[in-house]
Amino acid sequence: MNASKGIDPRGPRVGASITAVLLAAVVLLGASTAGLWLLTFIMLSFVLGTVRGAEGSWQGMLYKRFVRPRLGPPTEMEDRRPPRFAQGVGLFVTGVGVILGFFGVLPAVPIAAAAAFVAAALNAVVGLCLGCELYLLLRRSGLVRA
Amino acid sequence: MLGQVIALVVLVLGTAVLGVWWSARQGAVRAPRETPVGIDWASSGIALADRVTFVQFSAEVCAACRSTSRVLGGLAGKGDGVAHREVLVDDHLDLVRTLGVLRTPTVLVVDGGGREVARMSGVVSDTQARQALSRVSKGTLETEGEARP
Repeated sequence: MNASKGIDPRGPRVGASITAVLLAAVVLLGASTAGLWLLTFIMLSFVLGTVRGAEGSWQGMLYKRFVRPRLGPPTEMEDRRPPRFAQGVGLFVTGVGVILGFFGVLPAVPIAAAAAFVAAALNAVVGLCLGCELYLLLRRSGLVRA
Repeated sequence: MLGQVIALVVLVLGTAVLGVWWSARQGAVRAPRETPVGIDWASSGIALADRVTFVQFSAEVCAACRSTSRVLGGLAGKGDGVAHREVLVDDHLDLVRTLGVLRTPTVLVVDGGGREVARMSGVVSDTQARQALSRVSKGTLETEGEARP
């Protein structure tokens, strides 16, 4: 697959559904050490996705390996930047929860997981792309350059 | 544990409500936003058609912009004074601010006189685009006889 042609848009959505299930598990674990470890694992997954793009995260690999072969080719490709940006947003939100958690503020763990869950679940179910929605606002505010 | 289960149920329901709301807004034909009159479209390189112009604000990173562009391009291709002009927000940040465009794709439905008559944001379906067109036809009838600058 030619990288410049973009990525299969279904990949990040499948990945987001896996992430959403894990984040829901963190919410169920509540303000606990187990929840903190699981959130740390999810945060590290976001590090991978931010550095390598959503298609390079382990969820993206699972999609390519097990889901993609069962589906037909996508009708159109998607730019890889918005899903990658969304991984960065996920990294930020879960990162805040993990840092506060390690400083002893355990209630921050399920709260951060809940916030990230909303974004991941909406991405998975209705295709809302946080990176796409925020792009123009960030451009307007001058936080992001073209 | 019960507390956490309740928290998760509330979270899932809240997310579902958000999702339904967001989906329902996609491409919905809305009233025009109050914008300063007398936008000089031509100076921004946007040539208006006689009757209706779909002015689409897009970004390179926006996947929804492509399908919207296809739908509007298809309608414009049929002629009768309808045009589709797509501009990149990165090249028109001033215009984007003046018009209050917050997300991509945002489509302004502009009549022949350069007046915004409707606005849509998010993925626009063919049905929604036709709905916007019919609104323009109605709008033109209502404002007929009104002094145009």
